[in-house]
Amino acid sequence: MDFDLTEEQRLLKESIDRFAADNARDPAAHSAASDLWPQLAELGVLALPFAEEDGGIGGGAVETMIVMEAIGRALITEPYLPTVVLGGGFLRMGGTAEQRAEFIPQVAEGSLKLAFAQLEKGSRYDLHDVSTTARREGGDFVLDGRKGVVLGGDEAGLLVVTARTAGARRDREGITLFLVDGDAPGVSRQGSPSQHGGRVAEIAFDGVRVPAGRVLGEVDGGLSLAERVVDVALAALCADSLGAMEELHRMTVDYLRTRQQFGVSIGSFQALQHRAADMLVAVEQARSMAVYAAMMAEEPDARERRAAIAAAKAQVNRSGRLVGQEAVQLHGGIAVTWEYKAGHFFKRLTANDMLFGDTDHHLRAVMADGGLVHEI
Amino acid sequence: MDLRYTPEEIAFRDDLRRFFREKVPAEIRRKVAEGRHLDKEDIVTSQRILNAAGLATPNWPVEWGGKDWSPVQRYLFTEELQRAAVPLPLQFNVFMVGPVIAAFGSEEQKRKFLPATANLDIWWCQGFSEPGAGSDLASLKTRAEKRDGKYVVSGQKAWTTLGQHADWIFCLVRTDREAKKQRGISFLLIDMKSPGITVRPVITIDGAHEVNEVFFDEVEVPAENLVGEENRGWDYAKFLLANERTGIARIGLSKQRLARAKRLAQETEAGGRTLWEDTDFRRRVAEIEVGLKALEITQMRVVANQRHRDADKPDPASSILKIKGSELQQATTELLLEVAGPYALPAPEHDRPEGWNEPAVSPEWADAAAPLYLNYRKVSIYGGSNEIQRNIIAKAFLGL
Ligand SMILES: Cc1cc2nc3c(=O)[nH]c(=O)nc-3n(C[C@H](O)[C@H](O)[C@H](O)COP(=O)(O)OP(=O)(O)OC[C@H]3O[C@@H](n4cnc5c(N)ncnc54)[C@H](O)[C@@H]3O)c2cc1C
Repeated sequence: MDFDLTEEQRLLKESIDRFAADNARDPAAHSAASDLWPQLAELGVLALPFAEEDGGIGGGAVETMIVMEAIGRALITEPYLPTVVLGGGFLRMGGTAEQRAEFIPQVAEGSLKLAFAQLEKGSRYDLHDVSTTARREGGDFVLDGRKGVVLGGDEAGLLVVTARTAGARRDREGITLFLVDGDAPGVSRQGSPSQHGGRVAEIAFDGVRVPAGRVLGEVDGGLSLAERVVDVALAALCADSLGAMEELHRMTVDYLRTRQQFGVSIGSFQALQHRAADMLVAVEQARSMAVYAAMMAEEPDARERRAAIAAAKAQVNRSGRLVGQEAVQLHGGIAVTWEYKAGHFFKRLTANDMLFGDTDHHLRAVMADGGLVHEI
Repeated sequence: MDLRYTPEEIAFRDDLRRFFREKVPAEIRRKVAEGRHLDKEDIVTSQRILNAAGLATPNWPVEWGGKDWSPVQRYLFTEELQRAAVPLPLQFNVFMVGPVIAAFGSEEQKRKFLPATANLDIWWCQGFSEPGAGSDLASLKTRAEKRDGKYVVSGQKAWTTLGQHADWIFCLVRTDREAKKQRGISFLLIDMKSPGITVRPVITIDGAHEVNEVFFDEVEVPAENLVGEENRGWDYAKFLLANERTGIARIGLSKQRLARAKRLAQETEAGGRTLWEDTDFRRRVAEIEVGLKALEITQMRVVANQRHRDADKPDPASSILKIKGSELQQATTELLLEVAGPYALPAPEHDRPEGWNEPAVSPEWADAAAPLYLNYRKVSIYGGSNEIQRNIIAKAFLGL
């Protein structure tokens, strides 16, 4: 058993933590935030998860956790999750040699952003609930359908799209993944700011022609790849929430020390001390599960992996809910203002909670195959 | 013991139910039902409709437009108003400054302010809290010095809700700096158009402009705008806060939100069925409903007992109503957010491109769910935070 970082991981952590501290986002600042993408490219983190032979650095889920934790802590809103973790995950785990050679170098150098267009009306948390259709026409496919709440969807150059090539709306078989140019004819997008701090988009596909060479993975068999990639993304999301929670807890404890009421610091009230202590318990439970998720994210046994990732997301959601709500309460009114950063961490945690499955959804997934604890 | 209403009470309730639904514009009630922000016009329109029917200020003394209602009638009024998603009459006017002026103001103040306050011809805001005086309100520093028969006010108020619409502000100010904290405070009425007042908007995390900071720089206030006696303002403030807290449980509002969340859950697909068919979800709804029912009966017990209560004894009831009422309001907004799920992520300020007319993937109501949830964290903070309420129960009632 070993929870220590390797020397290389330690160096990565040092540099990304320093970067995050220098570039921590202050949503209260009225000036437009500068675009950190070129600097993230320069740091090498956009190349992080890709194999060296594809132009990457060969990092694994632990490295991704290190980066995402820093991103969450600094409230960075650049589309790292959709581009590198989700889109990048599809390319590296499902892309053909040609696809990898075409797109991965562009992602690594920062010139191409990706997004995963999956959610539909009524599909909620089920990846296999797909109504968007792709029918064959000559050697091509033609896509029709609507996707919503696509993270980073309005700025992505390339979209990974789930579409139905066979079967009925909720069949597990018959789903195919496509790589679609963001500005292909027939694609229209409507972006909006999102509660998590970044942007999301609704995307309409109207007769969008996609050549067969842009099929990602197997025709009709895209679901298991999508599930693997989303599990990797869930592990990353757990780290993002962990980073946000750590910083929010730190801010809260600082505030308890400095805010004076009734002639004393409010941190001297035991009623508040216990709650700050409970917040720490929640953060540490979340940390353990974020680490667990990183270690299990690329587990080949799909059942084990699913249960582990679901357990991690359920715990991180619980912790995030408690830490977010308590941080606001212990601060008092100041934390419900836009000008003070704590509220933005609370928003980030609230949004992360609903991405790729809420607590109920994941608790059910934990038990789908009998749970985590068995008689020996 | 009898929980049933009399036939007269039922008729009273049904009349109100009809009135609210027929007379208050549906568009305004829809905004309230969906938890969207109301503009000034909506609130004024609605309050004037109530006032024209003599229903804006039932809690005031009868001679100033109040109603000689029984506690049960008062309870039914609040309940029906909230269940019909009628905007609450402006709290600052109806539950705060109005009753204070009626109880402690001069005859001239009553004549000048009360009718205009009831009809929302004057919009009031509350200038109590300051950056350094939140829970510890009595440590407030804004000072008023008597000079040439006027008060000259300097200082800063924080959290002034809807101050951007206000014509007048009622303030707690320090008139005696030597006296013990609570003793040197006075209750002043200040015209917001007075020279030396600046209002700065404060945006809340849901992106709304709901609160403000108000700065006073040597603002001259006629001495006749003092309410009651100088240095007795703390007593009037306590009277006001006690009024505020009994109205704060908002049981009708929580019921309305919960009923709506249940309907939306029935319309929401989740895992090949509706969310309503999900037993985990239904169980959570049941837990909230049980809590609400318990609070409702608690509220009714409080209402029924008002006749025999010894006014000098500390009453933990208002603190219980505040704690539980705010927790349940928050629970209903949390439930609504859960129903919206991932569809709640897009913020309401869509930048829809010209000509975009695609049917939305997110249901139309979903973008209000997150702002409402975020915004409602305030209810356990203001009006005396829930921690302060627990202190009150522990100290004043349990004697700990
Ligand atoms: C949206 C909003 C609208 C508001 N509108 C108005 C308005 O219109 N007019 C107005 O005058 N005010 C208004 N307020 C102010 C409100 O009354 C204060 O926020 C409230 O009194 C708490 O003060 P504070 O925010 O400074 O928190 P603090 O008093 O600094 O409290 C911070 C934390 O410490 C806790 N705490 C403090 N003292 C104790 C103690 N002794 N024991 C245990 N815990 C303690 C609190 O419960 C809280 O958790 C509004 C506030 C909000 C958020």
